[in-house]
Amino acid sequence: METVLTTHFFDERYRRMDTYRQYGGYAALKKAFAMDPGQIIDEVKKANLRGRGGAGFPAGVKWGFLPKDLSRPRVLVINADEGEPGTFKDRVIMTRGPHLLIEGIVISCFALRAHACWIYIRGEFVREARIVDEAVAEAYAAGFLGKNIMGSGFDLDVTVHRGAGAYICGEETSLINSLEGKRGWPRLKPPFPASVGAFGLPTIVNNVETIADIPWIVTHGGETFAALGVEKNGGTRLIGVSGAVNRPGVYELSAGVNLKEIIYHHAGGIKDGKELKAVIPGGSSTPVLRPDEIDVSYDIESMAKIGTMAGSGGVIVIPEGTCMVRSLSVLMNFYAHESCGQCTPCREGTGWLKKIVGRIEAGKGREGDVELILDLCDNMMGRTICPLADAAAMPAQSFIWKFREEFNRHIGEQKCPYGNRF
Amino acid sequence: MSVAFSETGRAEFERLLTRYPDRKAVILPALHLAQKEFGYVSDEAIAYIAGLVGTSPAEIEGVATFYTMYNRKPVGKYHVQICRNISCSLLGAEHLIAHVEMKLGVKPGETTPDGKFTLSLAECLGSCGTAPVMQVNDDYHENLTVESIDRILDQLP
Repeated sequence: METVLTTHFFDERYRRMDTYRQYGGYAALKKAFAMDPGQIIDEVKKANLRGRGGAGFPAGVKWGFLPKDLSRPRVLVINADEGEPGTFKDRVIMTRGPHLLIEGIVISCFALRAHACWIYIRGEFVREARIVDEAVAEAYAAGFLGKNIMGSGFDLDVTVHRGAGAYICGEETSLINSLEGKRGWPRLKPPFPASVGAFGLPTIVNNVETIADIPWIVTHGGETFAALGVEKNGGTRLIGVSGAVNRPGVYELSAGVNLKEIIYHHAGGIKDGKELKAVIPGGSSTPVLRPDEIDVSYDIESMAKIGTMAGSGGVIVIPEGTCMVRSLSVLMNFYAHESCGQCTPCREGTGWLKKIVGRIEAGKGREGDVELILDLCDNMMGRTICPLADAAAMPAQSFIWKFREEFNRHIGEQKCPYGNRF
Repeated sequence: MSVAFSETGRAEFERLLTRYPDRKAVILPALHLAQKEFGYVSDEAIAYIAGLVGTSPAEIEGVATFYTMYNRKPVGKYHVQICRNISCSLLGAEHLIAHVEMKLGVKPGETTPDGKFTLSLAECLGSCGTAPVMQVNDDYHENLTVESIDRILDQLP
């Protein structure tokens, strides 16, 4: 099938400007400069491009939230703080095709009338940040960034900014605070970033993959992009498959691909000939599925219908013989570690979830612990500034709803039936 | 004991200042720079950056302690961070962690007596498709096995 992003990723040299241009790179930018900014936004709306960071908000609609008046400068911030466990796709774009991102940034900024952009890359990605930085330098040298780009009269500065190790900074207002040199604490909304964002300016925050799709949309038109996917979910998605599969990796597939097909066809099925036990379908925060639930289209609406999410496109495959309590315990340690501590339900709730799930796994679970976890989740969800509390509660709830007998067995037998290991 | 950036560090700091509309936005990059130049983010480094940025050491410390990558204590020559999140755990991270603890004779958070290795556990490093994964200083090592970890750690000078 047709690919939007990965077509030339087989070529190691594609990350360099000259090779990128040999494959037709920066032609979309030339086309964009001949268009009206409003026309570009219309194409993105027609493309049914949904944000690829996890929330799935329509990108064109988000762009439309910027204030009409141009008196205050507006800025674009790229969210490359890829940190949702199970997600590793933006890393591939940054290392294999950084110019796709940069060309997408220039076109997007032209459409948004923004003259400054920061690419916020998670701190651990030292190599990735260096590759993107080199590509930015190449783009300046070639006149695709800086003053009067390609004689259009349009100016744009792009800066690579490294994070420093904090999952929460993937949340857009936390990312903005972090970019400003603060602790990565999410902000109360309103005001939304589109009116008051980075440095007090109207700001759009978009995921790497979302922006990397833009050149193709400009070249081929929004409707052509939309047709690659399904209703309301245009284009392709980069889907990362990890865990117990024969061919883990990132696959570019239609936004409406079947989840079972992702695992059994593209990723080669379950490792070591085992049976499937569970799937976390869209990054660690998304509710877990049982094997009988995965024959479903991976688009946002179909996944919502079965009570879960396609999220950030990270499919985590759990094989038979895996302890679900231990798996949840790993996730609860993570969320307790990453809660920023601002809101009480999250700071305390994630800590208690870690403690209670941990004691069940350790063979010290108490009668009523399962109900206590569910009650805790009820008191966390929707009660905090940002969705981290929900992100911790959703796996906790769903693991219990779908594998309750395992939790009961741990408590009843006062030990882990799997021997306290993976 | 006061500290100061090298000449190139200072030039990099000045370049950073031109990339943001607000001086405080250089705090994160400046802390990275300090860690690179001084080995860790000491109280002196915090005071130094506060002076350069024009804010209080308390504000810099508040930022520095929020993020996991800034080491407030000295670490070994090689900082070995092994991912323990779900995709790595499903493919044997716990076993690898136990192996490295035995091999180096330290627990997570500790440094070997010769100062060569500090062992830490990391939350998701964003490389789940090539799990299990560890990061040694700036470099990722992927698709790890006991054998490959031994080879990697043994080769470090």
